[in-house]
Amino acid sequence: MEKFVKLTGSACPIDQSNVNTDQILPARYLKWTRAMGIGKVLFHDLRFDAEGNERPEFPINKPAWRNPKIIVAARNFGCGSSREAAVYALCDHGVRCVIAPSFGDIFSGNAVQNGLLTATVTDEEASEIIDALTANPELPVAVDLEQQTVVCGNRTYAFAIDPVRRTRLLNGWDDIALTESYRDKIAAFKSKDQTKRPWAIPAANP
Amino acid sequence: MTAPQTLVDKLWSAHEILRRDDGESLLWVDRHYVHEGSFHAFNKLSERGVTVAEPGLTFGVADHYVPTRGSRRDIANPEIARMVRQVEENTAKHNIRLFGLDDPGQGIVHVVGPEKGLTLPGLLIVCGDSHTSTHGALGAYAFGIGASEVAHVLMTQTIWQKKPRRMRVTVDGATAPGISGKDIVLAIIAHIGADGATGCAVEFSGSAIRALSIEGRLTLCNMSIEAGARCGMVAPDQTTFSYLKGRPYAPAGAAFDAAVEEWSMLKSDPDAAFEEEVTLDGRRIAPVVTWGTSPEDALPIDASVPDPSSEADENRAKYLRDALDYMGIAPGKRLTDIAIDRVFIGSCTNARIEDLRAAAAVLAGRTSKVPGLVSAGSTPIKRQAEEEGLDRIFREAGLDWGESGCSMCVGINGDLVAAGERCASTTNRNFRGRQGPGARTHLMSPAMVAAAAVAGRLADVRPLLAGRKV
Repeated sequence: MEKFVKLTGSACPIDQSNVNTDQILPARYLKWTRAMGIGKVLFHDLRFDAEGNERPEFPINKPAWRNPKIIVAARNFGCGSSREAAVYALCDHGVRCVIAPSFGDIFSGNAVQNGLLTATVTDEEASEIIDALTANPELPVAVDLEQQTVVCGNRTYAFAIDPVRRTRLLNGWDDIALTESYRDKIAAFKSKDQTKRPWAIPAANP
Repeated sequence: MTAPQTLVDKLWSAHEILRRDDGESLLWVDRHYVHEGSFHAFNKLSERGVTVAEPGLTFGVADHYVPTRGSRRDIANPEIARMVRQVEENTAKHNIRLFGLDDPGQGIVHVVGPEKGLTLPGLLIVCGDSHTSTHGALGAYAFGIGASEVAHVLMTQTIWQKKPRRMRVTVDGATAPGISGKDIVLAIIAHIGADGATGCAVEFSGSAIRALSIEGRLTLCNMSIEAGARCGMVAPDQTTFSYLKGRPYAPAGAAFDAAVEEWSMLKSDPDAAFEEEVTLDGRRIAPVVTWGTSPEDALPIDASVPDPSSEADENRAKYLRDALDYMGIAPGKRLTDIAIDRVFIGSCTNARIEDLRAAAAVLAGRTSKVPGLVSAGSTPIKRQAEEEGLDRIFREAGLDWGESGCSMCVGINGDLVAAGERCASTTNRNFRGRQGPGARTHLMSPAMVAAAAVAGRLADVRPLLAGRKV
């Protein structure tokens, strides 16, 4: 997994709360593999109308924000369906960081698995950054995961992230390799547990 | 003397293999359910050239993409056919029991698990689907995961987790006739918000929760994810044990009795502390419907939709305007004045036998003013409903009676609500485009969907229940 340390780039404000994973990646694209170009259909139904024309009012369609590295949104970004493909769509479109007051729990778990940073700020701070970007679309935003800061214009904001997730992103850790190193402990737990909770084993061939 | 523990604590410690210094724990997984959407994870296994660690604890279903009408074997859409074939191939390759299209036990994963007795109290259950929270209704610790985690569980039968905060939602007081688990959970979500339980494991308690059947509790826990919860759960009790007795994968005979003895201890100790406490008065819960594009946009049926112009908070006013605009509803309109185009009764939220009976009790001898579809939560439930004659009631009311699957809840299997159409639905998400691009969804209980069908608009079911057995 790619490490995340620092990032500076174009930031697209999406001034909406409860942006769910159905909006990030509509369900009909869940049949696609990543190789089919899932980044192209990011926010598809928010970006395009029923005839396939761009909705000019949607921020990512505006010239300054067409290929953002960062998205800034209102509360509860990524709520809803557990589809990890929503994270693939963001990453494959070039987004490496989402800044918002809160995130869907499964979404932020999926994000860390793919090197996407979810940076938590307060409602007021998110509004302030969104306003600053709306007033000045070219304003670059700098994110520093070691310092846990977001710099936007002349303002610096501290953001929150679970320390475990922070360490994983900074190191680009692979979970499976880590778990494999505990193989003996897992085997010991399993053997003891089978005696302790025999009812937890499903009845064979019912 | 150990410190008092919550149910969450007890379930957590029973599965903790180890805890790292940074607070992350490795947990043992008792059941892993997979479906068509799990293909990303199976592909990761292929890339690494590894097999499934515990195929005996892994169970597959075909539900998200299966058609509910027409031939189930000769699926017309080649992409959908490929999705169903893929789960058949992946489960066969890894020696995983599949409840596939031809299986008499086929159905929606969150209906099949409890129905087969695969879901039991005290288990840790994961599935690559957010509504895995459903299984907590039986006293399990159950949550949805993403594809990378599905791959991790397939390879190791374990999952890394950080212990969530503990929230107790207490609903005391007897609910009125016609009020279901769906009304209770929508009232809770409206109260705490769509992110009100983010980062929390929620235990539902109180006399109104105890009084719910397992079906009602499954609906309740199913939608705990719509409040952002990691998982929802109800402590197992006699209702739980009676439901489980005799189910095929549950322990039998003396083993069952021994299990019940242990399951009976799965409850929060009297003085156990929760980080968050929420209480609702069950007596005050009226039938609830959603009006907007998030499950938190929910109101009692006798209310009117909000008027953004009377909202002081500018951000909130904008949110309300956007939601009402998408839904095509005038500000301040009474909910009961909103005409509908279609109804849907189905999904992992509300398609169990009790749900179908509740809808049929309203529809018996009446006609639906709009077209609609009823899709049972599983093939066994479909058969049971047919034995009870419920299918006849639905058909005579003018509704379609389909096969079992995720159907019109997910918009990926051919069952869609057309753009601009308004659907009264027993599902879990009123997100923009959830039931199809441009579709407008109002969430409510099965009885309330039946009432909407009869009225042709959103309607209070209570007057329609007068003199009827419910």
